[in-house]
Amino acid sequence: MQKILTGNQSAAWGAMCARAQVVSAYPITPQTTIIEELADIVAKGLLDAQFIKVESEHSAMAGCIGAQAAGARTFTATSAQGLALMHEMLHWAALARLPVVMANVNRAMAPGWSIWTDQNDSLAQRDTGWLQYYCESNQEVLDTVIQGYKVAEIVNLPVMLVLDAFFLSHTYEAVDIPGQERTSEYLPPYKPSIYLDVDDPHAFGGIVPQDIYMEFRYKMQVAMNEALEAAEQADRDFKTMFGRGYGLIEPYRLEGADYVLATSGTVTSTARSVIDDLRDKGHSIGLLKMKLLRPFPVELVRGVLAGRKRVAVLDRDICVGMGGIWTQEIRNALYHLPEDQRPSVYGYIVGLGGRDVKPETIEKIALDVQKRPIEEGEQVWIGLKE
Amino acid sequence: MLELRFHSRGGQGGVIAGKLLAVAVFKEDRYVQSFPTFGVERRAAPVMAFVRIDDKPIRIRTQIYNPDHIIILDQSLFNMLDVTQGLKKGGTILINTEKKPADFDFGPDYKVVTVDASAIAVKHGLGSVTQPIVNTSILGAVAKVLKIVKIESVVAAIEEDVPAKQEANAAAAREAYEVAQP
Repeated sequence: MQKILTGNQSAAWGAMCARAQVVSAYPITPQTTIIEELADIVAKGLLDAQFIKVESEHSAMAGCIGAQAAGARTFTATSAQGLALMHEMLHWAALARLPVVMANVNRAMAPGWSIWTDQNDSLAQRDTGWLQYYCESNQEVLDTVIQGYKVAEIVNLPVMLVLDAFFLSHTYEAVDIPGQERTSEYLPPYKPSIYLDVDDPHAFGGIVPQDIYMEFRYKMQVAMNEALEAAEQADRDFKTMFGRGYGLIEPYRLEGADYVLATSGTVTSTARSVIDDLRDKGHSIGLLKMKLLRPFPVELVRGVLAGRKRVAVLDRDICVGMGGIWTQEIRNALYHLPEDQRPSVYGYIVGLGGRDVKPETIEKIALDVQKRPIEEGEQVWIGLKE
Repeated sequence: MLELRFHSRGGQGGVIAGKLLAVAVFKEDRYVQSFPTFGVERRAAPVMAFVRIDDKPIRIRTQIYNPDHIIILDQSLFNMLDVTQGLKKGGTILINTEKKPADFDFGPDYKVVTVDASAIAVKHGLGSVTQPIVNTSILGAVAKVLKIVKIESVVAAIEEDVPAKQEANAAAAREAYEVAQP
Protein backbone atom coordinates (compact mmCIF):
# COMPACT_ATOMS: atom_id res chain seq x y z
CA MET A 1 0.00 0.00 0.00
CA GLN A 2 1.42 3.37 -1.00
CA LYS A 3 0.43 6.50 0.88
CA ILE A 4 1.47 10.13 1.08
CA LEU A 5 3.12 10.36 4.51
CA THR A 6 5.38 12.69 6.44
CA GLY A 7 8.67 11.36 7.80
CA ASN A 8 7.12 11.30 11.25
CA GLN A 9 4.12 9.31 10.05
CA SER A 10 6.55 6.97 8.28
CA ALA A 11 8.29 6.26 11.59
CA ALA A 12 4.93 5.50 13.22
CA TRP A 13 3.85 3.22 10.38
CA GLY A 14 7.20 1.44 10.61
CA ALA A 15 6.48 0.65 14.27
CA MET A 16 2.99 -0.47 13.26
CA CYS A 17 4.33 -2.85 10.58
CA ALA A 18 6.92 -4.18 13.05
CA ARG A 19 4.13 -4.85 15.59
CA ALA A 20 5.61 -2.91 18.48
CA GLN A 21 3.83 -4.14 21.61
CA VAL A 22 4.52 -1.24 23.95
CA VAL A 23 4.83 2.44 23.01
CA SER A 24 6.07 4.59 25.88
CA ALA A 25 6.45 8.17 24.79
CA TYR A 26 6.42 11.87 25.59
CA PRO A 27 5.79 14.53 22.93
CA ILE A 28 8.28 17.18 21.85
CA THR A 29 8.40 19.33 18.72
CA PRO A 30 9.23 18.24 16.00
CA GLN A 31 8.70 14.62 17.05
CA THR A 32 5.12 15.07 18.34
CA THR A 33 3.32 13.84 15.24
CA ILE A 34 5.08 10.45 15.48
CA ILE A 35 3.39 9.94 18.82
CA GLU A 36 0.07 11.38 17.64
CA GLU A 37 0.05 9.09 14.63
CA LEU A 38 0.91 6.05 16.76
CA ALA A 39 -1.77 6.95 19.31
CA ASP A 40 -4.23 7.10 16.41
CA ILE A 41 -2.99 3.79 14.97
CA VAL A 42 -3.36 2.10 18.37
CA ALA A 43 -6.78 3.70 19.02
CA LYS A 44 -8.06 2.47 15.67
CA GLY A 45 -6.97 -1.05 16.56
CA LEU A 46 -4.44 -1.25 13.72
CA LEU A 47 -1.70 -2.05 16.22
CA ASP A 48 -2.20 -4.22 19.28
CA ALA A 49 0.00 -2.26 21.67
CA GLN A 50 -0.02 -0.73 25.13
CA PHE A 51 0.35 3.03 24.79
CA ILE A 52 1.97 4.42 27.93
CA LYS A 53 1.72 8.16 28.46
CA VAL A 54 4.53 9.33 30.70
CA GLU A 55 5.60 12.60 32.27
CA SER A 56 9.07 12.94 30.76
CA GLU A 57 11.45 11.46 28.21
CA HIS A 58 13.48 9.89 31.01
CA SER A 59 10.34 7.98 31.97
CA ALA A 60 9.53 7.25 28.33
CA MET A 61 12.78 5.33 27.98
CA ALA A 62 12.38 3.79 31.44
CA GLY A 63 8.98 2.51 30.29
CA CYS A 64 10.55 0.95 27.21
CA ILE A 65 13.28 -0.62 29.33
CA GLY A 66 10.77 -2.19 31.74
CA ALA A 67 8.51 -3.49 28.99
CA GLN A 68 11.40 -4.79 26.90
CA ALA A 69 12.84 -6.56 29.95
CA ALA A 70 9.44 -8.22 30.37
CA GLY A 71 9.73 -9.57 26.84
CA ALA A 72 7.81 -6.98 24.79
CA ARG A 73 8.90 -5.26 21.58
CA THR A 74 8.97 -1.54 22.36
CA PHE A 75 9.07 1.75 20.47
CA THR A 76 9.51 5.39 21.36
CA ALA A 77 10.55 8.64 19.73
CA THR A 78 12.03 11.94 20.81
CA SER A 79 14.11 14.99 19.84
CA ALA A 80 16.88 17.22 21.16
CA GLN A 81 16.30 18.20 24.82
CA GLY A 82 14.11 15.13 25.19
CA LEU A 83 16.89 12.86 24.01
CA ALA A 84 19.31 14.63 26.32
CA LEU A 85 16.99 14.05 29.27
CA MET A 86 16.93 10.35 28.37
CA HIS A 87 20.71 10.11 28.49
CA GLU A 88 20.94 8.01 31.66
CA MET A 89 18.29 5.61 30.41
CA LEU A 90 19.99 5.31 27.01
CA HIS A 91 23.00 3.80 28.75
CA TRP A 92 20.67 1.58 30.75
CA ALA A 93 18.87 0.19 27.70
CA ALA A 94 22.15 -0.57 25.95
CA LEU A 95 24.04 -1.97 28.92
CA ALA A 96 21.05 -4.11 29.89
CA ARG A 97 21.22 -5.39 26.28
CA LEU A 98 17.60 -4.48 25.52
CA PRO A 99 16.76 -4.13 21.80
CA VAL A 100 14.56 -1.03 22.11
CA VAL A 101 13.98 0.87 18.84
CA MET A 102 13.62 4.64 18.91
CA ALA A 103 13.21 7.35 16.31
CA ASN A 104 15.03 10.61 17.01
CA VAL A 105 14.03 13.65 15.01
CA ASN A 106 17.23 15.68 14.76
CA ARG A 107 16.70 19.08 16.37
CA ALA A 108 19.34 21.58 17.38
CA MET A 109 20.13 21.80 21.08
CA ALA A 110 19.13 24.86 23.12
CA PRO A 111 19.92 27.53 24.04
CA GLY A 112 19.31 29.44 21.80
CA TRP A 113 15.96 27.81 21.47
CA SER A 114 15.56 26.07 18.15
CA ILE A 115 13.11 23.53 16.79
CA TRP A 116 15.07 23.12 13.56
CA THR A 117 17.38 20.39 12.44
CA ASP A 118 20.96 19.59 13.24
CA GLN A 119 22.62 16.41 14.42
CA ASN A 120 24.21 17.43 17.71
CA ASP A 121 21.41 15.84 19.74
CA SER A 122 21.89 12.31 18.41
CA LEU A 123 25.65 12.53 17.86
CA ALA A 124 26.05 13.49 21.53
CA GLN A 125 24.61 10.03 22.35
CA ARG A 126 27.21 8.27 20.21
CA ASP A 127 28.90 6.57 23.16
CA THR A 128 25.81 5.16 24.89
CA GLY A 129 25.99 1.79 23.12
CA TRP A 130 23.10 2.31 20.70
CA LEU A 131 23.25 1.57 17.01
CA GLN A 132 22.56 4.76 15.06
CA TYR A 133 21.14 4.95 11.52
CA TYR A 134 20.75 8.25 9.61
CA CYS A 135 17.95 8.48 7.02
CA GLU A 136 17.57 10.38 3.76
CA SER A 137 13.90 9.87 2.79
CA ASN A 138 10.57 8.99 4.38
CA GLN A 139 10.69 5.53 2.82
CA GLU A 140 14.09 4.99 4.36
CA VAL A 141 12.69 6.02 7.76
CA LEU A 142 9.93 3.42 7.61
CA ASP A 143 12.22 0.70 6.26
CA THR A 144 14.90 1.48 8.85
CA VAL A 145 12.44 1.07 11.74
CA ILE A 146 11.72 -2.45 10.48
CA GLN A 147 15.36 -3.27 9.76
CA GLY A 148 16.26 -1.75 13.12
CA TYR A 149 14.17 -4.29 15.02
CA LYS A 150 15.67 -7.10 12.99
CA VAL A 151 19.22 -6.10 13.83
CA ALA A 152 18.52 -5.03 17.42
CA GLU A 153 16.91 -8.36 18.32
CA ILE A 154 19.78 -10.35 16.78
CA VAL A 155 22.55 -8.56 18.70
CA ASN A 156 20.54 -7.47 21.76
CA LEU A 157 21.42 -3.81 21.46
CA PRO A 158 19.06 -0.85 21.04
CA VAL A 159 18.69 1.02 17.75
CA MET A 160 18.18 4.73 17.19
CA LEU A 161 17.12 5.83 13.74
CA VAL A 162 17.53 9.46 12.98
CA LEU A 163 15.60 11.80 10.69
CA ASP A 164 15.97 15.52 10.00
CA ALA A 165 13.46 17.90 11.58
CA PHE A 166 11.04 19.31 9.00
CA PHE A 167 13.06 18.31 5.91
CA LEU A 168 11.74 14.80 6.64
CA SER A 169 9.62 14.98 9.78
CA HIS A 170 6.99 17.34 8.31
CA THR A 171 7.48 16.69 4.60
CA TYR A 172 4.91 14.59 2.73
CA GLU A 173 5.98 12.18 0.02
CA ALA A 174 4.92 8.79 -1.28
CA VAL A 175 5.82 5.87 0.98
CA ASP A 176 5.22 2.16 0.53
CA ILE A 177 3.82 0.55 3.69
CA PRO A 178 4.51 -3.19 3.57
CA GLY A 179 1.91 -4.00 6.26
CA GLN A 180 2.14 -6.31 9.24
CA GLU A 181 1.64 -9.56 7.39
CA ARG A 182 4.49 -9.13 4.91
CA THR A 183 6.70 -7.53 7.55
CA SER A 184 6.22 -10.50 9.88
CA GLU A 185 7.73 -12.78 7.23
CA TYR A 186 10.85 -10.65 7.53
CA LEU A 187 10.64 -9.89 11.22
CA PRO A 188 9.41 -12.76 13.39
CA PRO A 189 7.87 -12.10 16.84
CA TYR A 190 10.27 -10.96 19.56
CA LYS A 191 11.25 -13.93 21.69
CA PRO A 192 14.08 -13.08 24.09
CA SER A 193 15.91 -16.02 25.62
CA ILE A 194 15.84 -14.39 29.07
CA TYR A 195 13.16 -12.00 30.33
CA LEU A 196 11.31 -11.11 33.52
CA ASP A 197 9.33 -14.26 34.10
CA VAL A 198 7.94 -15.39 37.48
CA ASP A 199 8.01 -19.00 36.33
CA ASP A 200 11.67 -18.83 35.35
CA PRO A 201 13.28 -16.29 37.66
CA HIS A 202 16.58 -14.58 36.89
CA ALA A 203 18.34 -11.69 38.59
CA PHE A 204 18.49 -8.43 36.60
CA GLY A 205 20.50 -5.30 37.19
CA GLY A 206 22.57 -6.57 40.11
CA ILE A 207 25.89 -5.18 41.21
CA VAL A 208 28.79 -6.25 39.01
CA PRO A 209 32.10 -6.33 40.86
CA GLN A 210 35.45 -5.25 39.49
CA ASP A 211 36.46 -8.72 38.38
CA ILE A 212 33.68 -9.16 35.80
CA TYR A 213 32.51 -5.66 34.74
CA MET A 214 35.05 -5.51 31.92
CA GLU A 215 33.75 -8.74 30.46
CA PHE A 216 30.22 -7.27 30.25
CA ARG A 217 31.63 -4.37 28.23
CA TYR A 218 33.70 -6.66 26.06
CA LYS A 219 30.60 -8.65 25.22
CA MET A 220 28.91 -5.43 24.10
CA GLN A 221 31.86 -4.66 21.86
CA VAL A 222 31.64 -8.15 20.36
CA ALA A 223 27.90 -7.64 19.82
CA MET A 224 28.57 -4.31 18.08
CA ASN A 225 31.09 -6.02 15.81
CA GLU A 226 28.45 -8.65 15.02
CA ALA A 227 25.94 -5.87 14.41
CA LEU A 228 27.87 -4.81 11.29
CA GLU A 229 27.32 -8.19 9.66
CA ALA A 230 23.78 -8.42 11.05
CA ALA A 231 22.92 -5.00 9.63
CA GLU A 232 24.32 -5.87 6.21
CA GLN A 233 22.42 -9.15 6.20
CA ALA A 234 19.21 -7.48 7.39
CA ASP A 235 19.50 -4.95 4.57
CA ARG A 236 20.18 -7.66 1.96
CA ASP A 237 17.21 -9.71 3.17
CA PHE A 238 15.03 -6.61 3.20
CA LYS A 239 15.97 -5.88 -0.39
CA THR A 240 15.18 -9.43 -1.42
CA MET A 241 11.75 -9.24 0.18
CA PHE A 242 10.73 -5.63 -0.41
CA GLY A 243 12.95 -4.50 -3.27
CA ARG A 244 14.62 -1.71 -1.33
CA GLY A 245 18.10 -1.68 0.21
CA TYR A 246 20.36 1.05 1.50
CA GLY A 247 23.68 -0.43 2.57
CA LEU A 248 25.53 0.73 5.67
CA ILE A 249 27.17 3.35 3.51
CA GLU A 250 26.37 4.12 -0.13
CA PRO A 251 28.95 5.19 -2.71
CA TYR A 252 27.28 7.39 -5.34
CA ARG A 253 29.04 8.17 -8.62
CA LEU A 254 32.42 7.46 -7.06
CA GLU A 255 33.90 5.60 -10.03
CA GLY A 256 37.40 7.02 -10.54
CA ALA A 257 36.64 10.11 -8.44
CA ASP A 258 39.62 11.93 -6.90
CA TYR A 259 37.39 14.00 -4.62
CA VAL A 260 34.56 12.81 -2.39
CA LEU A 261 31.76 14.55 -0.50
CA ALA A 262 30.68 12.61 2.61
CA THR A 263 27.16 13.42 3.80
CA SER A 264 24.40 12.13 6.07
CA GLY A 265 20.67 12.80 6.43
CA THR A 266 18.73 14.84 3.86
CA VAL A 267 21.85 16.71 2.72
CA THR A 268 22.73 13.48 0.89
CA SER A 269 19.59 13.66 -1.20
CA THR A 270 20.23 17.24 -2.35
CA ALA A 271 23.93 16.47 -2.89
CA ARG A 272 23.10 13.70 -5.38
CA SER A 273 21.85 16.21 -7.94
CA VAL A 274 24.83 18.52 -7.30
CA ILE A 275 27.21 15.62 -7.93
CA ASP A 276 25.38 14.72 -11.15
CA ASP A 277 25.81 18.30 -12.40
CA LEU A 278 29.49 18.44 -11.47
CA ARG A 279 30.20 15.07 -13.07
CA ASP A 280 28.53 16.30 -16.25
CA LYS A 281 30.85 19.31 -16.16
CA GLY A 282 33.88 17.01 -15.93
CA HIS A 283 34.72 17.26 -12.23
CA SER A 284 36.32 14.16 -10.72
CA ILE A 285 34.02 14.08 -7.69
CA GLY A 286 31.57 11.63 -6.15
CA LEU A 287 29.46 11.18 -3.03
CA LEU A 288 29.62 8.90 -0.01
CA LYS A 289 26.39 8.59 1.95
CA MET A 290 26.97 7.77 5.61
CA LYS A 291 24.04 5.81 7.04
CA LEU A 292 25.37 3.87 10.00
CA LEU A 293 27.26 5.78 12.71
CA ARG A 294 27.41 2.96 15.27
CA PRO A 295 28.81 0.49 14.76
CA PHE A 296 31.05 2.54 12.48
CA PRO A 297 31.65 0.65 9.21
CA VAL A 298 35.41 1.23 9.33
CA GLU A 299 36.42 -1.32 6.70
CA LEU A 300 33.74 -0.26 4.25
CA VAL A 301 34.63 3.43 4.56
CA ARG A 302 38.33 2.65 4.25
CA GLY A 303 37.74 0.50 1.18
CA VAL A 304 35.69 3.16 -0.59
CA LEU A 305 37.99 6.08 0.24
CA ALA A 306 41.42 4.43 -0.23
CA GLY A 307 43.33 6.07 -3.07
CA ARG A 308 41.16 9.22 -3.27
CA LYS A 309 42.86 12.60 -3.06
CA ARG A 310 40.57 14.51 -0.73
CA VAL A 311 37.36 13.96 1.22
CA ALA A 312 35.05 16.85 2.18
CA VAL A 313 32.92 15.83 5.14
CA LEU A 314 29.72 17.87 5.57
CA ASP A 315 28.91 18.05 9.26
CA ARG A 316 25.53 19.38 10.36
CA ASP A 317 26.94 19.32 13.88
CA ILE A 318 29.85 20.73 15.80
CA CYS A 319 31.88 19.14 18.56
CA VAL A 320 33.00 22.46 20.00
CA GLY A 321 36.71 22.29 20.68
CA MET A 322 37.43 19.67 18.03
CA GLY A 323 35.31 20.07 14.89
CA GLY A 324 32.75 18.12 12.92
CA ILE A 325 31.92 14.74 14.42
CA TRP A 326 31.57 12.82 11.14
CA THR A 327 34.90 14.38 10.09
CA GLN A 328 36.59 12.90 13.15
CA GLU A 329 34.97 9.50 12.61
CA ILE A 330 35.94 9.27 8.96
CA ARG A 331 39.47 10.55 9.47
CA ASN A 332 39.95 8.05 12.29
CA ALA A 333 38.85 5.20 10.02
CA LEU A 334 41.45 6.17 7.40
CA TYR A 335 44.42 6.50 9.75
CA HIS A 336 45.85 3.05 9.09
CA LEU A 337 45.77 3.29 5.32
CA PRO A 338 49.25 3.45 3.76
CA GLU A 339 50.24 7.09 3.28
CA ASP A 340 50.01 7.00 -0.53
CA GLN A 341 46.46 5.62 -0.27
CA ARG A 342 45.21 7.96 2.44
CA PRO A 343 43.13 10.96 1.36
CA SER A 344 43.21 14.30 3.17
CA VAL A 345 40.03 14.83 5.17
CA TYR A 346 38.46 18.31 5.20
CA GLY A 347 35.78 19.27 7.70
CA TYR A 348 32.95 21.55 6.59
CA ILE A 349 30.40 22.82 9.12
CA VAL A 350 27.00 23.46 7.49
CA GLY A 351 23.32 23.92 8.24
CA LEU A 352 23.41 24.19 12.05
CA GLY A 353 20.09 25.06 13.69
CA GLY A 354 18.18 24.18 10.53
CA ARG A 355 19.90 26.64 8.19
CA ASP A 356 19.09 25.41 4.71
CA VAL A 357 21.83 23.47 2.92
CA LYS A 358 21.09 24.47 -0.65
CA PRO A 359 22.55 22.98 -3.82
CA GLU A 360 24.69 26.15 -4.12
CA THR A 361 26.10 25.49 -0.63
CA ILE A 362 27.06 21.93 -1.54
CA GLU A 363 28.55 22.97 -4.88
CA LYS A 364 30.63 25.62 -3.14
CA ILE A 365 32.11 22.95 -0.86
CA ALA A 366 32.70 20.58 -3.78
CA LEU A 367 34.75 23.25 -5.56
CA ASP A 368 36.45 24.51 -2.40
CA VAL A 369 37.85 21.13 -1.39
CA GLN A 370 39.61 20.79 -4.73
CA LYS A 371 41.81 23.83 -4.12
CA ARG A 372 41.98 24.60 -0.40
CA PRO A 373 45.39 23.92 1.27
CA ILE A 374 45.06 21.12 3.84
CA GLU A 375 46.34 23.29 6.69
CA GLU A 376 43.19 25.42 6.23
CA GLY A 377 40.85 22.45 5.95
CA GLU A 378 40.43 21.37 9.54
CA GLN A 379 37.21 23.25 10.22
CA VAL A 380 35.64 25.32 7.46
CA TRP A 381 32.42 27.09 8.41
CA ILE A 382 30.22 27.60 5.38
CA GLY A 383 27.92 30.60 4.98
CA LEU A 384 28.78 32.30 8.28
CA LYS A 385 27.42 35.82 8.62
CA GLU A 386 30.06 38.52 9.10
CA MET B 1 10.12 20.39 -11.80
CA LEU B 2 7.23 22.61 -10.77
CA GLU B 3 7.25 24.43 -7.42
CA LEU B 4 4.21 25.99 -5.74
CA ARG B 5 3.68 28.11 -2.65
CA PHE B 6 0.39 28.42 -0.76
CA HIS B 7 -0.25 31.41 1.51
CA SER B 8 -2.91 31.15 4.20
CA ARG B 9 -3.59 31.72 7.86
CA GLY B 10 -3.34 28.98 10.46
CA GLY B 11 -6.68 27.16 10.60
CA GLN B 12 -7.74 27.82 7.00
CA GLY B 13 -6.34 24.54 5.76
CA GLY B 14 -3.45 25.75 3.62
CA VAL B 15 -1.13 22.99 4.81
CA ILE B 16 -3.81 20.37 4.18
CA ALA B 17 -4.33 21.89 0.71
CA GLY B 18 -0.67 21.15 0.01
CA LYS B 19 -1.04 17.62 1.33
CA LEU B 20 -4.24 16.95 -0.67
CA LEU B 21 -2.57 18.25 -3.81
CA ALA B 22 0.29 15.82 -3.13
CA VAL B 23 -2.18 12.94 -2.81
CA ALA B 24 -3.91 14.01 -6.04
CA VAL B 25 -0.64 14.30 -8.00
CA PHE B 26 0.54 10.94 -6.64
CA LYS B 27 -2.66 9.38 -7.99
CA GLU B 28 -1.45 10.40 -11.44
CA ASP B 29 1.81 8.48 -10.92
CA ARG B 30 3.99 11.53 -10.65
CA TYR B 31 6.48 12.39 -7.93
CA VAL B 32 5.54 14.94 -5.32
CA GLN B 33 6.82 16.51 -2.13
CA SER B 34 4.78 18.79 0.14
CA PHE B 35 5.70 20.59 3.33
CA PRO B 36 4.56 23.47 5.52
CA THR B 37 6.49 26.47 6.74
CA PHE B 38 9.15 25.08 9.03
CA GLY B 39 7.95 26.66 12.22
CA VAL B 40 5.50 26.77 15.08
CA GLU B 41 1.93 26.84 13.78
CA ARG B 42 -0.54 29.23 15.38
CA ARG B 43 -4.15 29.85 14.49
CA ALA B 44 -4.64 32.89 12.20
CA ALA B 45 -0.91 33.53 11.87
CA PRO B 46 0.42 33.64 8.30
CA VAL B 47 1.52 30.17 7.22
CA MET B 48 2.86 28.82 3.98
CA ALA B 49 2.77 25.42 2.36
CA PHE B 50 4.97 24.26 -0.49
CA VAL B 51 4.61 21.60 -3.17
CA ARG B 52 7.14 20.18 -5.64
CA ILE B 53 5.93 18.12 -8.60
CA ASP B 54 8.09 16.24 -11.11
CA ASP B 55 8.06 13.31 -13.51
CA LYS B 56 11.17 11.86 -11.88
CA PRO B 57 12.08 11.27 -8.20
CA ILE B 58 12.55 14.54 -6.31
CA ARG B 59 15.93 14.60 -4.63
CA ILE B 60 16.23 18.24 -3.63
CA ARG B 61 15.39 18.65 0.07
CA THR B 62 15.55 22.35 0.71
CA GLN B 63 12.96 25.02 1.19
CA ILE B 64 11.36 26.57 -1.92
CA TYR B 65 12.59 30.10 -2.70
CA ASN B 66 11.47 30.65 -6.29
CA PRO B 67 8.04 29.11 -6.86
CA ASP B 68 6.53 28.86 -10.33
CA HIS B 69 3.08 29.84 -9.05
CA ILE B 70 1.54 31.05 -5.82
CA ILE B 71 -1.90 30.43 -4.35
CA ILE B 72 -3.34 32.84 -1.81
CA LEU B 73 -6.14 31.61 0.44
CA ASP B 74 -6.55 34.85 2.41
CA GLN B 75 -6.39 38.25 0.72
CA SER B 76 -5.81 40.09 4.02
CA LEU B 77 -2.25 38.75 3.81
CA PHE B 78 -1.51 41.35 1.12
CA ASN B 79 -1.41 43.97 3.87
CA MET B 80 1.42 42.29 5.75
CA LEU B 81 3.44 40.18 3.34
CA ASP B 82 5.23 40.52 0.04
CA VAL B 83 3.37 37.50 -1.27
CA THR B 84 5.08 37.54 -4.67
CA GLN B 85 8.56 37.31 -3.14
CA GLY B 86 10.74 35.05 -5.28
CA LEU B 87 7.92 34.23 -7.71
CA LYS B 88 9.32 33.34 -11.13
CA LYS B 89 8.51 35.56 -14.09
CA GLY B 90 5.49 34.31 -15.98
CA GLY B 91 4.06 32.81 -12.82
CA THR B 92 0.39 32.76 -11.95
CA ILE B 93 -1.02 34.27 -8.76
CA LEU B 94 -4.26 32.51 -7.86
CA ILE B 95 -6.23 34.48 -5.25
CA ASN B 96 -9.25 33.58 -3.17
CA THR B 97 -11.26 36.80 -3.43
CA GLU B 98 -14.56 38.22 -4.57
CA LYS B 99 -12.62 40.77 -6.66
CA LYS B 100 -11.67 40.58 -10.32
CA PRO B 101 -8.10 40.08 -11.60
CA ALA B 102 -8.12 43.66 -12.91
CA ASP B 103 -8.50 44.87 -9.29
CA PHE B 104 -4.92 43.70 -8.60
CA ASP B 105 -1.69 45.08 -9.94
CA PHE B 106 1.38 42.88 -9.63
CA GLY B 107 3.03 44.25 -12.77
CA PRO B 108 3.47 42.70 -16.19
CA ASP B 109 5.51 39.68 -15.09
CA TYR B 110 2.65 37.78 -13.51
CA LYS B 111 -0.81 36.55 -14.41
CA VAL B 112 -3.55 37.04 -11.81
CA VAL B 113 -6.54 34.70 -11.54
CA THR B 114 -9.28 35.08 -8.93
CA VAL B 115 -11.90 32.74 -7.54
CA ASP B 116 -14.33 33.33 -4.70
CA ALA B 117 -13.41 30.16 -2.87
CA SER B 118 -14.75 31.53 0.44
CA ALA B 119 -18.27 31.92 -1.00
CA ILE B 120 -18.10 28.44 -2.51
CA ALA B 121 -16.93 26.95 0.80
CA VAL B 122 -19.70 28.67 2.77
CA LYS B 123 -22.31 27.58 0.24
CA HIS B 124 -21.24 23.96 0.80
CA GLY B 125 -21.25 24.32 4.58
CA LEU B 126 -17.49 24.25 5.02
CA GLY B 127 -16.56 26.44 7.98
CA SER B 128 -18.49 29.63 8.68
CA VAL B 129 -18.98 32.98 6.98
CA THR B 130 -16.28 34.50 9.16
CA GLN B 131 -14.03 31.45 8.99
CA PRO B 132 -14.62 29.48 5.81
CA ILE B 133 -12.47 26.39 5.20
CA VAL B 134 -11.37 27.08 1.65
CA ASN B 135 -8.67 24.53 0.97
CA THR B 136 -10.76 22.11 -1.07
CA SER B 137 -12.42 24.88 -3.10
CA ILE B 138 -9.08 26.44 -3.94
CA LEU B 139 -7.75 23.06 -5.09
CA GLY B 140 -10.58 22.84 -7.63
CA ALA B 141 -9.41 26.20 -8.97
CA VAL B 142 -5.78 25.03 -8.92
CA ALA B 143 -6.76 22.07 -11.11
CA LYS B 144 -8.48 24.37 -13.59
CA VAL B 145 -6.11 27.33 -13.65
CA LEU B 146 -2.68 25.75 -13.28
CA LYS B 147 -3.57 22.54 -15.16
CA ILE B 148 -1.15 20.53 -13.04
CA VAL B 149 -3.61 17.90 -11.89
CA LYS B 150 -7.00 16.56 -13.00
CA ILE B 151 -10.11 17.55 -11.05
CA GLU B 152 -10.95 13.83 -10.79
CA SER B 153 -7.66 13.28 -8.96
CA VAL B 154 -8.42 16.18 -6.60
CA VAL B 155 -11.86 14.75 -5.85
CA ALA B 156 -10.41 11.27 -5.31
CA ALA B 157 -7.81 12.74 -2.93
CA ILE B 158 -10.56 14.52 -0.98
CA GLU B 159 -12.68 11.39 -0.75
CA GLU B 160 -9.71 9.39 0.46
CA ASP B 161 -8.00 11.83 2.77
CA VAL B 162 -10.42 14.42 4.18
CA PRO B 163 -11.69 13.12 7.53
CA ALA B 164 -15.19 14.73 7.40
CA LYS B 165 -17.74 16.14 4.93
CA GLN B 166 -16.10 14.45 1.96
CA GLU B 167 -19.12 15.03 -0.28
CA ALA B 168 -19.39 18.73 0.51
CA ASN B 169 -15.64 19.19 0.05
CA ALA B 170 -15.68 17.34 -3.25
CA ALA B 171 -18.66 19.39 -4.45
CA ALA B 172 -16.89 22.62 -3.48
CA ALA B 173 -13.80 21.56 -5.42
CA ARG B 174 -15.92 20.75 -8.47
CA GLU B 175 -17.77 24.03 -8.30
CA ALA B 176 -14.55 26.05 -8.02
CA TYR B 177 -13.23 24.07 -10.97
CA GLU B 178 -16.30 25.03 -12.99
CA VAL B 179 -16.32 28.75 -12.17
CA ALA B 180 -12.57 29.52 -12.18
CA GLN B 181 -11.51 31.31 -15.35
CA PRO B 182 -7.88 30.74 -16.30
